[in-house]
Amino acid sequence: MAIVGAADTEVGKIPHLSPTALCIDAARRALEDAGISKDQVDGLVTCNSMAEPYMYHAEAIAEYLQIFPRYCISANAGGGTTFSTIQHAATAIAAGVCDTVLVTMADCLRTGLSREQAKKMQSSTGHPEFETPYGATVPAFYALIARAHMDTYGTTPEQMAAVAVSGRRHAARNPAAQMRELITVEDVLNSRMIADPLHLLDCSLVSDGGAAIVLASAERAADFPHDSVYILGAGEGHSHEHISQARSLTTSAALESGQRAYRMAGLGAADIDVAQIYDCFTPVVLIELEDLGFCEKGEAGAFVESQGTALEGPLPMNTHGGMLSHCHPGNPGAMFSLTEAVTQLRRIAGDRQVQDAEVALVHGQGGIMSSHATLILGRERD
Amino acid sequence: MTDHSGKFLPRPRPETAAWWQSCREHKLNIQRCSGCGAFQFYPRIVCSSCMSGKVEWVQSAGRGKVVTFTICRLPVAEAYTADLPYVVALIRLEEGPTMMSNIGECEPESVAIGMPVEVTFQKWSDDITIPQFLPALAS
Repeated sequence: MAIVGAADTEVGKIPHLSPTALCIDAARRALEDAGISKDQVDGLVTCNSMAEPYMYHAEAIAEYLQIFPRYCISANAGGGTTFSTIQHAATAIAAGVCDTVLVTMADCLRTGLSREQAKKMQSSTGHPEFETPYGATVPAFYALIARAHMDTYGTTPEQMAAVAVSGRRHAARNPAAQMRELITVEDVLNSRMIADPLHLLDCSLVSDGGAAIVLASAERAADFPHDSVYILGAGEGHSHEHISQARSLTTSAALESGQRAYRMAGLGAADIDVAQIYDCFTPVVLIELEDLGFCEKGEAGAFVESQGTALEGPLPMNTHGGMLSHCHPGNPGAMFSLTEAVTQLRRIAGDRQVQDAEVALVHGQGGIMSSHATLILGRERD
Repeated sequence: MTDHSGKFLPRPRPETAAWWQSCREHKLNIQRCSGCGAFQFYPRIVCSSCMSGKVEWVQSAGRGKVVTFTICRLPVAEAYTADLPYVVALIRLEEGPTMMSNIGECEPESVAIGMPVEVTFQKWSDDITIPQFLPALAS
């Protein structure tokens, strides 16, 4: 399976476009990148928008574009879902259900949410009866995980802060990123405490933005104008929905999603040249780095602190700046790590290009470390 | 008395109504499977260990330990502002199941992982009395 087109919209604060328009803008750019017309799309995957939800989102986008796909689904959860929809779409192509799938996702959490919608979003994160009443914000849910990881492995606030510093250093080299000013560990620790131990700069951005890709079978890759990027492996893991029901607070289902993706690709963590790891909050990255096999349990903090994830380090990570510094528009957040992986493997990332990048790993998670999906991508078909 | 009316009040469902009734009576109930003996929380119509439908209510001792916690410095909604800073924690009950709650009646900074806590109840509305935890008295 091949990614034959990929593009991002502008990100950050985009008051002149509605979430629907941004979703269409992402689609238009990706189709242009793939060099195809909308009428060649026979599969459509979207995710619902929080700011402008439709009952049947993908159908609404198809209608807007006046396309009439054979395969049309919308996924309404963020994080891991982004990559699991890629797996679903690839499966649909492999099964002969459709040939050319457009995956387009956008939302406007920065300028598009009403007060009521923002409140609803916060309240819908926890279990409505047994968690939500206790008043945890989204950062507070993740702070529960951070605290547990600190307690079990001795992880420090400085090590979590190093994740934000690493992402920002890369964002500084990415003209498209929302936040490009360099920060230090001290800046993170001195930023406002949101939910102990998480500071403001341990939390991802709130953004408007969209991104899209076009997926087709590897046999057709030569029909498209740019270097195709091949999907070598895909895997998912699901451990819970609500954090109070988690099997473990410090080991996630990234363990399974990673192992499944590696197995399909016939590769391991040591083969990965560049990784885009879901970074909604800094401690999430540490757990994912460990569960995906890049570090032993408890060692990710020291790994990031010692520049392990820098562009010139052993595992260049979140080379676009990630959700901590590039953008995070909610459900579509992980799409940008996918388009960034394509950019890296096409070797057109400019100042932030990872030298000789052959194999990339992208990982997303949704819920509160609940649902995980991993993709392994390569420049070569096998 | 604190006004809880703007908070995210739970809406009991048919299968959880009995649990909320027990809270109104200041009893913290959990479920035990009469097939395999497993305890569980939250309430379910089946045992999540063996899928038996024979789950029965038992009263928890209401004691447990803090598994993890955070101190919220920003409120999730305006109605929680008066509580700031407030502790949200996961508590492992002596019987085994884990539940989320707040820990009150202490300095938030004094809360620690492993700290023994015990249940208390707070009336939020005519229908909803909600379990809260506080540091356990030294025994």
